[in-house]
Amino acid sequence: MGAGRLYVAVAAGGFRRYATYRAATAAGVFTNTVFGLILVYTYRALWDAKPHLGGYDEAQVVTYVWLGQAFLSTLAIGGGGVEDELMDRIRTGDVAIDLYRPADLQLWWLAADLGRACFQLLGRGVVPFVFGALCFPVCLPTDAGTWLAFLVAVLLAMVVGFGIRYLVALSAFWLLDGTGVGQMMWLAGYFCSGMLLPLNVFPGALGEVVRALPWSSLLQRPADVLLGHADPVRTYLFQGAWAVVLLGLGRVMQSAATRRVVVQGG
Amino acid sequence: MIAGMWMRSTMAYRASFVMTTFGNFAATSFDFVAIMLMFSRVRALGGYSLPEVAFLYGLSAMAFGLADLAIGSMDRLGRRVRDGTLDTLLVRPVPVLAQVAADRFALRRLGRVVQGSLVLGWSLTGVDIAWTPLKLLLMPVMVLSGFAIFSAVFVAGAAFQFVAQDASEVQNAFTYGGTTLLQYPPTVFAKELVRGVTFVLPLAFVNWLPATYVLGRPYPLDLPEWVAFTPPLVAAGCCALAGLAWRAGLRSYRSTGS
Repeated sequence: MGAGRLYVAVAAGGFRRYATYRAATAAGVFTNTVFGLILVYTYRALWDAKPHLGGYDEAQVVTYVWLGQAFLSTLAIGGGGVEDELMDRIRTGDVAIDLYRPADLQLWWLAADLGRACFQLLGRGVVPFVFGALCFPVCLPTDAGTWLAFLVAVLLAMVVGFGIRYLVALSAFWLLDGTGVGQMMWLAGYFCSGMLLPLNVFPGALGEVVRALPWSSLLQRPADVLLGHADPVRTYLFQGAWAVVLLGLGRVMQSAATRRVVVQGG
Repeated sequence: MIAGMWMRSTMAYRASFVMTTFGNFAATSFDFVAIMLMFSRVRALGGYSLPEVAFLYGLSAMAFGLADLAIGSMDRLGRRVRDGTLDTLLVRPVPVLAQVAADRFALRRLGRVVQGSLVLGWSLTGVDIAWTPLKLLLMPVMVLSGFAIFSAVFVAGAAFQFVAQDASEVQNAFTYGGTTLLQYPPTVFAKELVRGVTFVLPLAFVNWLPATYVLGRPYPLDLPEWVAFTPPLVAAGCCALAGLAWRAGLRSYRSTGS
């Protein structure tokens, strides 16, 4: 029980910490809105040429674009979550201090990242989404149940997103400079999460593969729950399974990595 | 020299350098992969065929890639203003702009230029152009003017950071957003948006206007044909304005004093 309170406090700290960067948040909102605009027009040109591509109509794909812009920083699909800081701490050796804390390393960072993600969703996600919904015809559910189901999928997406980025951060134990691996993983994230193009538009076998990978939990599946394209329970099972696998891998890597840590006196 | 120093420092982590250079190449390729995925489902986008879109894409990516390579580090200026390390640059006997440009000079950004030129080269084999000496001459002029226009946007964005400090992401909307916009045909976008990037922030002069002349396409916004030859003038104007903004920003700089 005491431990639970600790992680809630860590999450709240993560939330508050990001909330202090007001100008950066405003700048992010502006940038997400500009990119959303560009994407909306290109997608509309595509759907004009081929209506009902991937089973979406134009209003649905416009909604999808704005969801993507709302999720980009929330799920740190392009990077920028807590993993940057963790990698820095591993490189400088500060991670040794984290290991002495009476808290679990993975849960600690998960809590911090969830706090960050919740702030980014409210601070950076909602405004571009509302802007998009007001300026373009969108497709939004009217019943509270679908919205609630969507929010659960978003929460699971946050956990899966963290699971992937935690593995990236831990690679710094072996590589010291994790920037390269980080970049590779973010590229994969961009491509496979559906930020580039909805995954149901990907042709043939390529589409099947990307839809089965963990990244599809980030944008495509929550979006499909909101758009009424997917069954929430099956979506949760998919996301939950990936969350368990990724967090489990993180555990294994973490225990292998901490055995390598040598604390230098000074 | 500063650029050389940063190059040596990135070479210290060689595996990471190779991965980030490749990553840069791949990251910029993804924009084009998205376009190819779109064309796997349709034959034309906004009335433009794949080679034509690739032509626009290659020109935009090359102009932007060169600017990004030369002074793409400008977005670090906000951090330097915040933590006061800009002071160290002010006391050195080298122009501050040159130092900020070389700050963390990243050779890996070459990836974008290479990728852009590959796409441009490929598009030239597929696109149907009635070449004239004038059109041939316009090609390098276009890339150089585009480079200058994007550089001006980077410098203006940096000048803005003297005021806004931690709002470097606004710059991304104009730089990365701008190049993404130009990678698609102007016919895709709403008239107001095209008007905005022609008359307010003249990004249309990077490729849209000169490229439509080379491709023999109707101009956006019914502009007269001679505007295709104005990019050097527009670029010079942009650089002058960005230079003024930079000076104003630098004069307004107050150190954090910490």
